[in-house]
Parts: sequence; structure tokens; C-alpha cells
Amino acid sequence: MFNSYRTNTLELRLELCNGCGMCEEVCPHAVFAIVDRQATLPRYESCMECGACELNCPTGAITVDSGVGCATAMFVAALKGNDEVECGTAGDSSAGEISCDTA
Amino acid sequence: MMKQGESAVSQSVRATTADLKFADHWDHFKARVGIMRMKHLVEPGLYALGDPDAESPVLVTANYTLSFDALRSELKGLDAYILVLDTKGINVWCAAGKGTFGTDELVRCIEAAKLAEVVNHRVLVLPQLGAPGVSAHEVKQQSGFRVKYGPVQASDLPEYLRQAEATAEMRRMRFPLRDRIVLIGIEFFSYLLPLVLVWLVTRSMEAVIAILAGLVLFPMLLPLLPTRDFSTKGFFLGLLVVLPAAVWRVVVSVDAPMWHRAGIAAASMLAFPSLTAFLSLNFTGSSTFTSKSGVRREVSSYFRPMVWMFSIGVLALIVLVLARVWGGL
Repeated sequence: MFNSYRTNTLELRLELCNGCGMCEEVCPHAVFAIVDRQATLPRYESCMECGACELNCPTGAITVDSGVGCATAMFVAALKGNDEVECGTAGDSSAGEISCDTA
Repeated sequence: MMKQGESAVSQSVRATTADLKFADHWDHFKARVGIMRMKHLVEPGLYALGDPDAESPVLVTANYTLSFDALRSELKGLDAYILVLDTKGINVWCAAGKGTFGTDELVRCIEAAKLAEVVNHRVLVLPQLGAPGVSAHEVKQQSGFRVKYGPVQASDLPEYLRQAEATAEMRRMRFPLRDRIVLIGIEFFSYLLPLVLVWLVTRSMEAVIAILAGLVLFPMLLPLLPTRDFSTKGFFLGLLVVLPAAVWRVVVSVDAPMWHRAGIAAASMLAFPSLTAFLSLNFTGSSTFTSKSGVRREVSSYFRPMVWMFSIGVLALIVLVLARVWGGL
């Protein structure tokens, strides 16, 4: 109950994994661990779909529907009638801007 | 010949230091409270910090002053190059999400700065949070430079550069109280005008408290609030803060008949916790761990109930006020 984050869009195709460990290196939430030269997902539910693993996997073993987990961006996109949900970009007026100063 | 090459390079390298001046801190303050949000820019390009030579490390960052300054202020006493990508004044994490801190921009900057002539090695240290925009093997293929992802926090950089390896803890993105508190400023100031208007129009203490709770208390209490979803955490917090105000109205306040005060209190309890919940849901974008599909599920589960509760509550409040004003009750 009250947990919308039990599942996500992260998928790992083990038959393509060469155990290089890039996914483990780039993941900010320790979702991956290399065990016996193969990637495993010990913290699958912590995936925030940032897409770093997919982009840095040299064998294409990982797919994830990456994007911003930001409700404001979704509301702004819905109001503007955009299909694509993204953060405010440079040049936007402050009205449409979104707090994304976490880094 | 060698000398010529060197001078051509040194002209394109700007000097910087690890010391932050008053002007830098003032710029950070303005960025945090939302003044000229997109104007906190650093000129993109290659910078020399200290007295780097051809073997010195090359660190890559975004051209947002907070990002650049967070990096250089951690490098006291070190000699290094800093390669600043043009991310249009957006921090590393958000720019990586958009792809402006990305493979193409990195490769372009490596070439524009003639980095291969400045350093003998072929290694770049990127902030780990740049990884959602950068494909390390693509960069290697296109530029010959090997991307190494450094720690999440710039403060771990000196340790990382000594060990040449990031520990598991350095790789984790946390969201400690300190980081949550610095985000309050921008949330608070962007809602300040609506908040004042709400108070002037409604004089509802319950509404103002519910909004303030969403803007200020929610970021602070985030990990302590029950359930995983931001909406339900926020709704719980909203009930918690509106309840005392509602009770105060019924028990202490004497500005209206009892039935009227009780009605206002009950309608407020129905209407305003959803405001807190809505603001809390909007904090997902500022947090460091919510996924797109998860937030989408939150929006589809909770947005309608929020709108309904708020609308019915406000309608009841309007009826109560009108009954008293025009009905002479």
C-alpha cells in the first residue's frame, strides 16, 4: 500500500552481460552488483530510471525507460499538451521552471 | 615548435582558483533563492587550477556556478585542469538528464580545448551524476579519452584522486537533511506570492499552515514521514498540521457561533491536507530517488482524490461563509 515505486522499467538481459561492472560504477543507488562476472539486481526497487546504466553498458544488456521522476514536470507537460516530460530548460520563464538543484 | 604549440594552448586555458570569494557566495545565495535562475553561468572551456602540467588530472563539470564552484573549492592545494561543458547554466545531474551534459558536448569540448595537446594522458574524471548523459565507451571511441566516473559528491574528490578509485559509499547518492534544507529557499520564494494572496483573501490559518507545511516541513521531515509515496507522506503531514489549527478554531476562537466554527474546521480538514499532499508530490522532482514510472503512478493514483477533497472542502467553506454573511446566521 502507498508504494508506487515497487516496480520500474529497468530490464537486464543476462545473456548479453559481460560482467564489465560499468552499471555498478554509474548507478547512484547501488541497484547493481557483479556476482560471478554477471550483473545482479540486489536493490532493484531503488532504481530511479536515470538511464546511466543503459547508456554506459557497452553490450546493450540493459534497457530502462529513463526520464525525470518529477511530478511538476508532468503537470507542466499536461498543461502545455506536450507528450514529452522534461525539466525546464534555459530560456524558460521562471513560471514554468522547476526546482532541480539537487546536484 | 614545441614552445609555439604550448603558447597557443595556454592562451585558450583560463586560470581559476580553489578559493571562493564573497561574490561567489553571494551568487550561490541568489541561485538558492531563485534570483536570475538561469544566469548563474561559467564560461565553458578549459581552466587551469593551481599549476597543472601535462600529467595533471582533467576534471569535467557543468557551467552552472554552483557546480563549478563546488568542484574547484574542493581542490585546495591540488593542480588540475577543469573542463567546463556548456550546459546552459544547468547543474550536472539535471543537464545529464537532458543530455546537454552529454557525449556529444563532451567530445566537442575535448576538441575545442585541444585537450590532447594539453595533457599526455588520456583520462577524464567525470562526476558520477553525469553518467545519465554520457556514454563512456562512445566517448572513448570518438575522442580517444577514457571516462572515469568520480564520486557523487565533490567533497570526496581529494580522497578519490589519492586512491584513484571510488568507494561504494562515494557512489551512492544520498539526500541528507542539509541538502533538503537548501532546497526550501527556492520552493518557499516561488510560492510566496500565492501564499500571501491566500492569506489576504481567505484569512484561513489552516490553509496557510497546510501550504507552509508542504513547502518547509515536508523537505525537512521527508524520511521520517510514513509510507513510501510522497503524496501520502504529504497528506499525513497535512492532517498533522491542520488538526491543531482546526481544534484551536473550535475550542479557543470566539469570532463566530460554535456550529460555524466547527463547520469551518471540518471543511478545512477536508480541503487543506490535499494542498500539503500536492506540494509534497511536487517535491519528487527535487528528491534524488523517485523514478519516472513511479511518479507517474503516484499522479494517477492521488491527483484526482486531491482535487476532489480540495474542491468539496472549499465548496463547503464558501457555503459556510455565505450562510453567515448573507444568511445572517
